[in-house]
Amino acid sequence: MSVIIYAESENGKIKKSAFELASYGREIANEINVPLIAVTFDQQEVEPLGTYGIEKVIKFNGSSISNFTALQYAENIASIAKENEAKIIILSSSANAKYLAPKLSITLSAGYASNVIEPPEKLQPLTVKRSCFTNKAFNICSLSNEVNIIGLSNNSYEIKESPKSIEVIEKNSSFTETTLKVEKVEKASGKVTIADADVVVSGGRGLKGPEHWHLIEDLADTLGAATACSKPVSDMGWRPHSEHVGQTGKPVASNLYIAIGVSGAIQHLAGVNSSKVKVVINNDPEAPFFKAADYGIVGDAFEVIPQLIKKIKEFKNK
Amino acid sequence: MKVLVCISNVPDTTSKINFVDENTSFDTNGVQFIINPNDEFGLTRAIWMKQQQSAEVTVVTVGDNSCESTLRKCLAIGADKAIRIDLKPTDGFQVAKQLARICRETNYDIIIAGRESIDYNGAMVPGMLGALLDYNFVTNCVALDVEGENAKASREIDGGIEIISCKLPIIIGAQKGLVEEKDLIIPNMRGIMQARQKPLKVFEPSEDEIKSSILKFEKPIPKGEVKLVPADDIDQLIDLLHNEANVI
Repeated sequence: MSVIIYAESENGKIKKSAFELASYGREIANEINVPLIAVTFDQQEVEPLGTYGIEKVIKFNGSSISNFTALQYAENIASIAKENEAKIIILSSSANAKYLAPKLSITLSAGYASNVIEPPEKLQPLTVKRSCFTNKAFNICSLSNEVNIIGLSNNSYEIKESPKSIEVIEKNSSFTETTLKVEKVEKASGKVTIADADVVVSGGRGLKGPEHWHLIEDLADTLGAATACSKPVSDMGWRPHSEHVGQTGKPVASNLYIAIGVSGAIQHLAGVNSSKVKVVINNDPEAPFFKAADYGIVGDAFEVIPQLIKKIKEFKNK
Repeated sequence: MKVLVCISNVPDTTSKINFVDENTSFDTNGVQFIINPNDEFGLTRAIWMKQQQSAEVTVVTVGDNSCESTLRKCLAIGADKAIRIDLKPTDGFQVAKQLARICRETNYDIIIAGRESIDYNGAMVPGMLGALLDYNFVTNCVALDVEGENAKASREIDGGIEIISCKLPIIIGAQKGLVEEKDLIIPNMRGIMQARQKPLKVFEPSEDEIKSSILKFEKPIPKGEVKLVPADDIDQLIDLLHNEANVI
């Protein structure tokens, strides 16, 4: 028996979410006293996983998996799960993990709970708390299957060190013939993504036009943050819809969410509810966002943002 | 070309979320139900295929008869036929399995479902359906072009776009971007009248199987009061974010 995590990496570096999965998995593995195994793809250096409680790493290398494909990755994870009689498989909430999870679930006849936000309440049967109604509520759900998959929400479990010496096993990827080909990946390099960001800076209609977005971008750069926007802003084409956060856009689960000129419609608030600390800057003291925020400034965005950039720079230089 | 769009009947995006029966079921009192937004983007894309490529568009839902007004709306928007599988679902796998049976009976070339519903947010139905049928599957789809046997689809990934090509049949997990908000079709009177004449078939569920069950719901703990900082005292905000919130 075992617990398995799919440890994602990017540009040769293991992602922070993988350490969250490892820490989360360590807690479960300790409880049922089974090994904790990580599966990696196209990743050379895997030693850091040992710091967070992984005992064994199964590395897939080779040209057939150098680009992500849901089918190939799911089949490889499934074969490792079968070989090691995995009881629980833990995935992140990245776009790729959510893409392969349903396939993995069908291949293994496993149950699957996405958006899980806490350690299991019970392991027999597996009982987890997950967010639903786009963060407006939670449900406690039980999965009475031989094998179950947990999709852990990003930034919902604190990374904990639990050093182990790791055994590394290299494997060749299986290859399934399919007509599905990834033709091209277009990715802005060096930009923090909303999914992985610790801090997100978001702008709304209060910014008055796309020509003022340099303010949002400058503030984001100062904080090492990702940029986001409200629904009207993306509908008007001021910003690409990939930046739209909210009920029909992307969810945000950052440590800090700064909303500027965003009124805080119920759909927007739902999407950003999982962020730990919310700061609102708006010139309308009646903006509904103030009711959902931790800290607020009633003021003009065009005056407050440059001040904020200046003060954060001073703070960082201290 | 046959297109199937899977529809989920969900509470309107502005709904207040409450629960009844000791927090075991959603309180539908006073709630208006709509086409799941991600499904509606997919439906609109399907209607374009009808207009431009003479596709036949069927909509399907797994739900009790309270879902029928949502299905009629899909017909008014332009779908040709509707199917309802008479089962109140509680689990994503259960839904995927019922849909798979419908898909095996009619060979659809393109099956579209929202990437996730805005109520249960399971994000698993289209992917499980793809795996059950062994069809090509692209989720978070923001562009789709079909020519003959070939499909080209763009998938939104964290921080970018991936362009995928494959042969039909294909299953699409739809989201905003596949069409824009302004492209959504508001049914006109003629559409609404025609919808009444269009076929809506009700099927009994096939063997029912679930992989998860919801024990109860919870609502988030209400937030405390916001701490307001004067606009001319940014230092105070930075101090709070650093020392109190520990986020910078």
